Amino acid sequence: MNAPAAASALSAQAFKSEVKPVWCPGCGDFSVLSAITKALSMLELRPENVAIVSGIGCSSRIPAYTSCYGFHGVHGRALPVATGLKVARPDLTVLATGGDGDGYSIGGNHFLHACRRNADITYVVMDNHVYGMTKGQPSPTTEPAWPSKLSPQGTGLREFHPLVIALAAGANFIARGFSGDPNGVARLIVQAIRHPGFSFVEVLSPCVTFRPDQRSWKEMARPAAVEATDDPARAARRLMTDDGFNIGVLYTGKRKPYAPTATGAAQQPSALEKGFEL
Amino acid sequence: MTTKKARKRAPAPRKPVTEPRERSGAYADFMAQAYTMELEAVQRYTEFAEQMEVHNNPEVAQLFRKLATIEGLHAKQILEEMGWSQAPGPAHAQQWEGGEPPESAPMSEVHYRMTPWHALELALDNELRAEKFFAAIAKSSRTPAEVRKLAAEMADEEAEHVRLVREWMKRVPRPDPDWNRDPDPPFLGD
Amino acid sequence: MNPTPLQSVSLALAGSGGAGVMTAGNMLLEAAALAGYYGLMTRTSGPQIRGGEAAAMLRLATFATDSQDDRFQVLAAIDWQNVGRFAAELPLGPDSVLVGDPAQGEAPEAFTRSGARFLPVPFKALAKSISGGWPNMVALGVLGGLLGLAPAALEGAVRKATRKGGEAMNAGIAAVRLGLAEAAKLEASFPLAAAPAAARRWLVTGNEAAGFGALQGGVRFVAAYPITPATELLEWMAPALTKVGGALVQAEDELASINMILGASYGGVPSLTATSGPGLALMTEALGLGVAAEVPIVVVDVMRTGPSTGIATKTEQADLNIALYGLHGDAPHVVVAPNSVADCLAATQWAVELAESLQLPAIVLSDQYFGQARAIVERPRSEPSAPSRLLAQPDTPDYKRYRVTESGVSPVAIPGARGITYTADGLEHNEKGTPSSQPADHLAQMEKRGRKLASADYAERWATVEGEGEFAVLTWGSCTGPVREAFERARRDGIKARLVSLRLLSPAQPDRLRDALRGVKRTLVVEQSFSGQFHRYLRAEYELPGEVHSLRRPGPLPFHPDEIHRKLLEWSRP
Ligand SMILES: Cc1ncc(C[n+]2csc(CCOP(=O)(O)OP(=O)(O)O)c2C)c(N)n1
Ligand code: SF4
Repeated sequence: MNAPAAASALSAQAFKSEVKPVWCPGCGDFSVLSAITKALSMLELRPENVAIVSGIGCSSRIPAYTSCYGFHGVHGRALPVATGLKVARPDLTVLATGGDGDGYSIGGNHFLHACRRNADITYVVMDNHVYGMTKGQPSPTTEPAWPSKLSPQGTGLREFHPLVIALAAGANFIARGFSGDPNGVARLIVQAIRHPGFSFVEVLSPCVTFRPDQRSWKEMARPAAVEATDDPARAARRLMTDDGFNIGVLYTGKRKPYAPTATGAAQQPSALEKGFEL
Repeated sequence: MTTKKARKRAPAPRKPVTEPRERSGAYADFMAQAYTMELEAVQRYTEFAEQMEVHNNPEVAQLFRKLATIEGLHAKQILEEMGWSQAPGPAHAQQWEGGEPPESAPMSEVHYRMTPWHALELALDNELRAEKFFAAIAKSSRTPAEVRKLAAEMADEEAEHVRLVREWMKRVPRPDPDWNRDPDPPFLGD
Repeated sequence: MNPTPLQSVSLALAGSGGAGVMTAGNMLLEAAALAGYYGLMTRTSGPQIRGGEAAAMLRLATFATDSQDDRFQVLAAIDWQNVGRFAAELPLGPDSVLVGDPAQGEAPEAFTRSGARFLPVPFKALAKSISGGWPNMVALGVLGGLLGLAPAALEGAVRKATRKGGEAMNAGIAAVRLGLAEAAKLEASFPLAAAPAAARRWLVTGNEAAGFGALQGGVRFVAAYPITPATELLEWMAPALTKVGGALVQAEDELASINMILGASYGGVPSLTATSGPGLALMTEALGLGVAAEVPIVVVDVMRTGPSTGIATKTEQADLNIALYGLHGDAPHVVVAPNSVADCLAATQWAVELAESLQLPAIVLSDQYFGQARAIVERPRSEPSAPSRLLAQPDTPDYKRYRVTESGVSPVAIPGARGITYTADGLEHNEKGTPSSQPADHLAQMEKRGRKLASADYAERWATVEGEGEFAVLTWGSCTGPVREAFERARRDGIKARLVSLRLLSPAQPDRLRDALRGVKRTLVVEQSFSGQFHRYLRAEYELPGEVHSLRRPGPLPFHPDEIHRKLLEWSRP
């Protein structure tokens, strides 16, 4: 987190835009939007110093619903856009947001490399275990037996485990939230933004339209029984054995954030002409 | 539900339970929490109203706006009572058992085809939770005496709201069993 | 024998891995440059990563040129292992000579059948006679001797290359001297005419020139995914950016690199990536995003032989279609093409200026020939560009990012600016940037984006136009050098013709071309593409007067001036 704190803190409401969400009433993404705006208020940031980048999907519509600078790009590419922006403008607080399809399927490679690159950005994934925007196809986190039009018998594929993968790939902060507790998600996002390097916040965010069965998440989500660890081996054991419903900060790493920007006085390009001269 | 009814529900200014000089820090803290609770309820109802507007459900949208207005009056009343010119601190300064203030319905509890009856049902749950919330404070032995008294009064008020909403629900038609039916598939794109 | 001095000599030095032919070739080019000549060096190699056969191909001349000549006068080889595979790239004639080490066997039939004479030089044995001596340094001396280059120039090049001095330098100089002495004994010489008046020259590759042009244009962020033949551009930029206060990020793939530059540019920093055909194919979706969201970016495509992975190390002009038409939807953007090694600088700088001022993606179509050719060029004049992005003022009332304006260009808010935050969107949107499926918004934004291209003043930069007459050659990119040289020859035959080499491929400039071709009766279109992509493009976008012929072939062999000259002779007869 780099942007200067505002002289007087803005309310969460001030981080919402005039644009009204197109999401289905009841969608978990409303809570995540609320959580993001609350987090930015808690951090006493100003909208012009925050950039929210996304790909494509229901969840990826978030940037325009905030009063921050937003970038709604193409499907799966939020992380590279956010990385380029953060490297070019280290002064900004940069968030990437999106869905599980966007982040783990089409954007899966970027997810791995964003974790290992460890640029100082916060990645919030609204995981509903489904492709909402394209009307209910299985995503990488969908249960193998879940039937859909495109895979009537279910995919038969084992689920992708984003947190374990993030840990293995080098993410510096790993947390899981549940949209049923927007204030809790807000606190996770605050910590994620404050933590240097690549911070990953996976939010269980039910899709009421295509996964009405996810109503049961309310009963299943519970605070993680143990505190966050900074030991990757312990974190790995915890994440490998967790059932996907432990909520809280699960891992905080100590890696140095990626920052390739040159330091020192910048020369004029003409200084490079020497290399071509005879 | 007519405007007359709405007005009837609007709270009458409460007489301060204690004189200002008697008020402890705990009293102000309690009022700050109550204020945040009302304010968040306003925001939640407003958000629901907007969702219903976007989803072409004007009747329920209007109802949510009314509920927001009523909670807004409660919030204003607290400010006046305390002589505060602005919010007594950021909303996030408050912690709530279960994550959210008792008068804010979970965001998952709305549906684009919901009826006024559903909206009132949701409001009823909010009032019930609020009543329980204040009653628990009123009963707790850890609560300072002057706050206890106030909390009890507020619990009574919420109980009155519960009664009013129940009355209100009697005047609203019950939803059809297939109220959430939509013969068309979702229209999504991107 | 006292042959007449030559204006241009082409030589190649071949050998298998470890022979150091590229090192010696670079030194010869450097020596020629020090002696005041122009020239360029290209390269070819076998498929092996290390140890493969390779040839350095040089043309040294008294005039500036980007073209290879019709034939090589000299082919020297340290050894002949597999060198025969380069026969198509190393055309010889009866006047050519083959210089080889008799201990390495005879020259391959593929070369001797040209009638070229074989001249023996025992490179290995001579090198052995010097402690630390290398055969390639002996060959450098021999080639320098055949050209009549001043020994001081050759030694200067050795000194520069062995910067650390000491043994290597002394051994190198001794070997060069041996080679020079050996050349004097040979029954051949190809003396270059006196060098032209000394001017400030550069020794530069097209890739380096493009990189420098990018910096002059203001680029301070580059995202890179390596691909031949664009890698050297990216590698040149990595340390260069550090010096000018910018940054380079190595991306995980081209999908990432293009999106990274979109992000950086959205943040207000002029940004670029470089790639080749396969990478450009991966980038097309995000190029469309740049068009719709109006984010300026520059993509340099150093074209190689396609389709698919094709021939990674060889040149072709066949990415024209994808660069012009590869984006989905109607996506107006800029495509520029340098038409000389030196022009890689100006064209890339111009692309940055256009991208920034018009707020859109600009593609630079360079190619392997330009990118990897090292040339001695007149020092290009280039000043840093002034920043040209139209910025919105903080707290502008009723700010609309995509406001419909007369020029189509709307002021852009840069993150950090207060009171004018907005969300850039690839979804069709209204003036505020809010997604919209309204036909009226689509039309208004479409027209706005299209209008931007028409609003720019491309001035004289749209093409290189030379000569006059009723006959014209239309070409682009690396075909321009051979065409220009063919024109020179035709002029000596008394043929008048016009050369039009397009530098601005998109947006098309039909009015300008019409003016440039006024009075022309016949047009020859020259390009390096199997299907005639350039010809089809011209047919679609322009009115071409009179009779039109297409001279085309796929890569990787460059056009030679002779074949174009012959075509000119043939066609100019009534
Ligand atoms: C290149 C490309 N392929 C496919 C699509 C279609 N598409 C849009 S959103 C989406 C999946 C969204 O799923 P997810 O990221 O989980 O987000 P959700 O809608 O569930 O929030 C797909 C496949 C697209 N826009 N672009
Ligand atoms: S389809 Fe699902 S994910 Fe999309 S807005 Fe509706 S509930 Fe949310």
